[in-house]
Amino acid sequence: MTTTTRADPNTGSPIANSLTAGRLPTSAPWTILGAAIAIAAAVFGVVAIGSGEGFNWGGALLVGALLYIPSIWLFSTLVEGERRAMDRLVTALVSGAFLLAMIPLISLTITVVTFGLSRFDPEFFSFSMRNVTGEGGGALHAIIGTLLMTGAAAIISIPIGLMTSIYLVEYGRGRLAQGITFLVDVMTGIPSIVAGLFAYALFAIFLGPGVRLGIAGAVALAVLMIPVVVRSSEEMLRLVPNELREAAFALGVPKWLTIVKVVLPTSIAGITTGIMLSIARVIGETAPLLIAAGFTASMNYSLFEGRMQSLPVFVYTQYANQGNPPEAYIDRAWAAALTLILIVMALNLIARLVARFFAPKFGR
Amino acid sequence: MSTATAAIKAKQRPGDRVFSGSAVFAGSMILVTLAAVALFLIVQSLPALVATTEEASILPTNFWAYVGPLIFGTIWAAALALLMAVPVSIGIALFISHYAPRRLASMLGYIVDLLAAVPSVVFGLWGIGVLAPAVQPAYTWLVDNLGWFPLFAGPVSGTGRTILTAAIVLAVMVLPIMTAISREVFLQTPVLHEEAALALGATRWEMIRTAVLPFGRSGIISAAVLGLGRALGETMAVAMVLSATGAVTLELLTSVNPSTIAANIALSFPEAYGMNVNVLIATGLILFIVTFAVNAFARWIVSRRKEFSGAN
Repeated sequence: MTTTTRADPNTGSPIANSLTAGRLPTSAPWTILGAAIAIAAAVFGVVAIGSGEGFNWGGALLVGALLYIPSIWLFSTLVEGERRAMDRLVTALVSGAFLLAMIPLISLTITVVTFGLSRFDPEFFSFSMRNVTGEGGGALHAIIGTLLMTGAAAIISIPIGLMTSIYLVEYGRGRLAQGITFLVDVMTGIPSIVAGLFAYALFAIFLGPGVRLGIAGAVALAVLMIPVVVRSSEEMLRLVPNELREAAFALGVPKWLTIVKVVLPTSIAGITTGIMLSIARVIGETAPLLIAAGFTASMNYSLFEGRMQSLPVFVYTQYANQGNPPEAYIDRAWAAALTLILIVMALNLIARLVARFFAPKFGR
Repeated sequence: MSTATAAIKAKQRPGDRVFSGSAVFAGSMILVTLAAVALFLIVQSLPALVATTEEASILPTNFWAYVGPLIFGTIWAAALALLMAVPVSIGIALFISHYAPRRLASMLGYIVDLLAAVPSVVFGLWGIGVLAPAVQPAYTWLVDNLGWFPLFAGPVSGTGRTILTAAIVLAVMVLPIMTAISREVFLQTPVLHEEAALALGATRWEMIRTAVLPFGRSGIISAAVLGLGRALGETMAVAMVLSATGAVTLELLTSVNPSTIAANIALSFPEAYGMNVNVLIATGLILFIVTFAVNAFARWIVSRRKEFSGAN
């Protein structure tokens, strides 16, 4: 059966090139994809006319892509045989998996930008929510809170994380180093809400139950941030060539000065990148701050006194405790989400740029 | 200095002592922090383990009857998410490592990593505002046409905010880390193995099946387990998307859904008082133990193959 169908192209038309005989032309996958989408679009068009509703673009593309997968397999089986058909099927599935993952990313970007822009105005960045019910108000208190708590978390975790990575790379031998490496790996997987509960429990034991403080939120964020800083800095320090250390030792430089003056400057770009990425990771954390720092409608500049609002928690509380009119609360939530995403993206972008432009230049 | 073979001891300067001392101190802080997390959670949750419904108003009868359905919901949601995320993440990793044009590959990797940068609360908003309304018609269709299948039993949820929607959001959130690890391992396949397979006439898929996948098996497993750890502990997206009733049910599409430990803590904690706080911390302790075990297992798999240590 297969052999006869495979012979068809040979009998059907004169062979231009014997190397490409029995294979689909390179344009075939795209032609089939276009045809599949066209058929799906036609079906959806008929349905749209029949029901009187709008044309469903997303559905047509999705069904077209789904239709493509069996049809490329069928055509390829008929022309090229089972093995190549399997190869084409897997190619279609693998590319489909990638495109599938792009759907939420694109959809999320479009939604956040379109919904977020309606309240992305100066008032949003210059007012708090104190005495605001309904429309108006802003997220200044949340932005200040996010900056203060993330800053405090960074102040706690950068020295600890950096020194730990120096210990692991430059000093660590034996069981303690192994144990720390393992626990840092495990610590990266601590659920963020558990970190929040820990910070709450820590402060509740000393200051009594029901305590909500900015510094507690910062401690929770630091627990999440330290392992990320350690992992990234450790990787960067390991990239520093041993020849540099040996050259310094040979000149009689003490070990600690070698680390401070040779190892750290060589890897500073990578370490900065890692630290910025770790800040980007914790700045979007909601659950630990909801537990440990609570939420409020007022400005609070003190980490050690009273509840403190943050941007992610602002998004959540605006959504969860909607007042009247609900649209005002939803709009503020989306505007804060847009702000948050812009901050995270900016941190990511700057981190990548730092890594690219300030990387050490070897081989001069 | 009595024998010629004795090593010359390096001169110990005060700067060296201070520096190495502070490095050891920082390293030990990691151990102390983890021990403190466990210790404080245990101290705060001990009273809850024996509490009765008179002491803590959120308990139906005792602690285990309260936490049982939550554990079920946590594992069920994470398992559903993993079921969707594992094949897709392997596909994406293969696409980036073996199918995409070389020049595009690293950029496509960045794009997938962007998904990891999106804060979970934004995923929650997106899940309610976009995903749930979008999948609700599909749920209605499934219940109408495949309702005989126990998982798809009706009545269908009108909002689309079911456990399946929450699992889809979870799957999207764990995709980047799983993809990153699988990709890293696939890229480390010895090129000679791949070229040998191709030289024997294998198609690309046969090359991947015979050379890449066997080599990357432990990487795929550890990626899946790490993704499981993330999915178990994810809070805000589930808390916002899922409209939970706390029931123990396998039905995916109804408005009766189990809650998860993390989401339940986030929803109940702000209003909790007295012994209820301890009960919630005790559920957090259980989550901590479960995710610790899952992550330790994943790291153990990775460390068995040292050459994969580059995978984060």
